[in-house]
Order: sequence, then C-alpha cells, then structure tokens
Amino acid sequence: MSEPEVQEFRIAFDGVSLKRGDRPIFDRLSCGFPRGRVSVILGGSGAGKSTLIRMIGGLQRPDSGSVRVAGQDITAFSERQLFKVRDRIGMLFQGGALLDSMTVFDNVALPLREHTRLSEPDIQAEVNRRLVAVGLAETGHLYPRELSGGMSRRAALARAIVMDPEILLVDEPFSGLDPINVRRIEALLVDLNRHLDLTLILTSHHMASSLRMADRLVFMVDGIAIAGSPADLLNSSDERIVEFLNAESDRFAERHELDVTPLMDRRGKS
Amino acid sequence: MKAQPIENLGYRSLVVLEHLGRIAQFGIRIVVCLLFRPYRIRRLLADVYDAGVLSLPVVCLSGAVVGGTLSLLGYTTLVRFGAEEALGTLVGLSVIRELGPVLTALLVTGRAGSAIAAEIATMVTTEQLDGLRMMSIDPIDFVVSPKALAMLLVMPLLVGLFIAFSLMGGYGIAVGLLGVDGGTFMSSMEGAVEFWNDVVGCFSKAITFGLLTGLIATYRGYISEPTAAGVSAATTGTVVIGSVAILVFDFFLNGFWGV
Repeated sequence: MSEPEVQEFRIAFDGVSLKRGDRPIFDRLSCGFPRGRVSVILGGSGAGKSTLIRMIGGLQRPDSGSVRVAGQDITAFSERQLFKVRDRIGMLFQGGALLDSMTVFDNVALPLREHTRLSEPDIQAEVNRRLVAVGLAETGHLYPRELSGGMSRRAALARAIVMDPEILLVDEPFSGLDPINVRRIEALLVDLNRHLDLTLILTSHHMASSLRMADRLVFMVDGIAIAGSPADLLNSSDERIVEFLNAESDRFAERHELDVTPLMDRRGKS
Repeated sequence: MKAQPIENLGYRSLVVLEHLGRIAQFGIRIVVCLLFRPYRIRRLLADVYDAGVLSLPVVCLSGAVVGGTLSLLGYTTLVRFGAEEALGTLVGLSVIRELGPVLTALLVTGRAGSAIAAEIATMVTTEQLDGLRMMSIDPIDFVVSPKALAMLLVMPLLVGLFIAFSLMGGYGIAVGLLGVDGGTFMSSMEGAVEFWNDVVGCFSKAITFGLLTGLIATYRGYISEPTAAGVSAATTGTVVIGSVAILVFDFFLNGFWGV
C-alpha cells in the first residue's frame, strides 16, 4: 500500500519472503515504519508479528528481499556489523529475556557497563531512574525469578530504554499487565516517543491501547502487511481486516458477559 | 529402495562432518573472545565455582571408592602369586595413568558438562542470548567463553584430587583392612610411577578432556532448539557425545603418544 504522506521510513521491508519448513510466514511482504512515530503491528497469532520485529533487530534473516534499518540494508550484515546497527535499537522480548543469573539492577545496568564509561554512582542513578519510570523502584536487588511475569517485563523495558535508543521494538508490552500498569507503560512509551523522537514499533493484542497510541497500524495477514493510519484501517472495507476487528470486539463483549453474568445470578438469588 | 540405507549413511556422515566443522569454528571464536578485552574474570570465577567446587563431593567420594576397590581386587589376584608387595604399583599406575583422568572426565561431564549445556540451552529457549545480541553483546564472549575456560581450568585440578583420594582409599584398604605393610605399599608405588611419563601424561590427558568437555557442552547448549525438548536433547547429547569422545581420545592418546 503506497502512502505519499509518509516522508521518511526509518525501517523499510521490501519484498521480504520467509518460510518456516513448508509454511510461508511472509510472502513478498513490503511495509515501512516512519521515523519518530508509534507503529502498532496487529494480526492473529502466528501471523508473524514477532518474526517481523526480530527481523528488524537482525535476529532473523529473510529468505529473500531486503530489510533496511536507518538507511542500511542489514540483510547480509555480519554479526559485527549488526552490533553497530543494534546500538541504536532497544528491544523488549515477549518473555522479558532478563538474564536470570543477575539481579534486576545488574540486568538494567548491563548495557551501561558494557558500552559506556560511566562511573558506578552514575550508573546507579541512571538505573534507579529507569526502574522508577517503569514502577519498579526498590526491586533492584531481586532476581528475575522472584518477579511476576508483568514485573519482569517492565524490568526488561527499563533495560531496553536505558541506552536511549533511537528505535524501540516492543513485543506485546501489555499482555499480563493490570490496567494501572497498562496505562503507566503506555504513558511511558508515548512520553519517550514525544520527547526523544523515538521510533516506536510494538506488537499488541490490546486493541484499546493500540488505538490510543498508534500513529500507524500495520495489519499482518496471509504473509503480507497492510499499513495505514488507525482511521484508514478502521474504515477499511478489506474483509480480512473487518473480520479481525469484529472478532476483537466480539471477544471484548464476551469477556464482559463472563464477568457480569455470575454477579447477576447472585443478585437474582438474594 | 535398496540404496536408502547407504544414502542414510552418507547423509549422516555429512551431518557429522558439518558439526565437526562448526565445532572447530566455535572453538576458534571462543579463543578469540578469550584473547581480547574485556576479560570477564568475575563470570569466570562463578563458572569455576559451578564446574569445580560443586563437583568436589562427587569426585572425591568416587576417587576414594575406586582406590579402595582397586586395592581389594588387586590384592586377591596378587596374593595368589605371593606378590602383594606390588599392590602399591598396581594401584598407583592404574589410577594415575588411566582411571584418574578418564573417570574424572566422565564424572565431570555428567555433572558439570550437562549443567553447562542445560544452562545455555535454557538461555536459548528464554531468548536470553538473543537479548544479549540485541544489546550488542556477543553471547560467545559473555556466556560461552568463561564456561569453556572454567572447564579447562578445573579438569586438571579435579583429576589431581581424584587421584589423591584414590591413593588414600587404596592405601587405607591395603594397610588397614588387608594388612599390607604401609612402607612397602608406598615404596612400590614410588618406584613404579615416573614423573615425566606417568604424571605429566596424566595431566596432558586431563587438559585434553577439559578442552573436549568444555567445547562439547557449550556447543551443544548453544545450538539447541528453543524448546523444552531442545534443552533435554542438549543435556543428553553432551553426556553421550562427551563420554564417547573422552574414551576415544583416551584410546588414541594411549596408543600414539604412549601416555
């Protein structure tokens, strides 16, 4: 889908194909992610959302086609060359991917200790600032196994942003979070995007927050990507998109019914 | 249809060859990481503790028991020929030349090698290695190299301890239980064991086995599939391939080098 209004793509996929065994994941997929904007990748499970994000980080190579990140075609880059590109990228994995042999503090401090010459007090101040931002003050001394799933993902987010990346890739930031923390992480991400001109790309199942945050939606279906503004996609007549959006709202309604029905029953009896 | 078993054999040989090539490449990358900064001393010490200190009980206990068993078996045979004064020679030579390095290496592969493979494979499964890559940190430098080097460092030390406990166990059973004279036991051992041939040879074996175990355990963990089955395959693979490799290398070291 061509979009003349988008001046500069920070990340661009061009004719990317990928197969896993016999199953095609991407079939000549092309799409772009504009600089300094929030792009949300939507799609059913198995549509390749995480794979798309991993490709931007160079963790997964396409079978054919090219992936350009910050103006460079990274498709054929060596691991050393990729390290240079990754210096500009922060990534939050679905499971957090914190090193379980280290405390939360050491995990967040790791990129600073590896790539900067900051003094230990400066590192401490920086790490604490990030932990406070994700609502995890006072947990620095804990090991990842002592945190809940949602907490360890927030700690991982602190680690992903501690180097002030230009591009932040976030895989399912809201799953497993309570509503208060959904709002908190959402506000933090939007804030980073607004103030640091961060190019933010996230995958999400959380429709409400996706619509609130997104400047751009990328909808993955049948191995290709359909991209546009939220308004474009919500008003789209493409039946695959309509089906997905309807299913989402059905699920929403179902959830509410499930929550409410037992209450009604109890009221009826009393 | 008849060609199928032969095709299979060819395919499997190619797979084995490919893995050998990859292990060699992997080994070179480890050496390069170890040679250049940053030197990860704290991680190395932690890995030495895991592979070495935590293996101590197993190695010491097994050593003492093996020494005692050798004394018992050796005595019943030697006494038939009236040669029980040669018991020290028998225990000393068999433990130092063969059983010490080989049994220690097998024990350490089972305990520490499998633990290393399982840990790295779990890190693959939980995307911890990918997480490091995304922070521009080479997992071979950060995770793999210290573990491989730790294995190389602890193996000779554990072999030394195994041998010491074996000799003590052998001496205890011979002198305490079987009534062999302590002085005779020690002097017969001292007369038979040569420093350059036996002791140096023993530690060359230990270093070779340490290298093998470290390389196989880290490689097997590193290439594992990111699933629970992948972790279990990495652990089993390390123990099986590691043990067989140790026995095969032991044979060739004995045969060609006369160790």
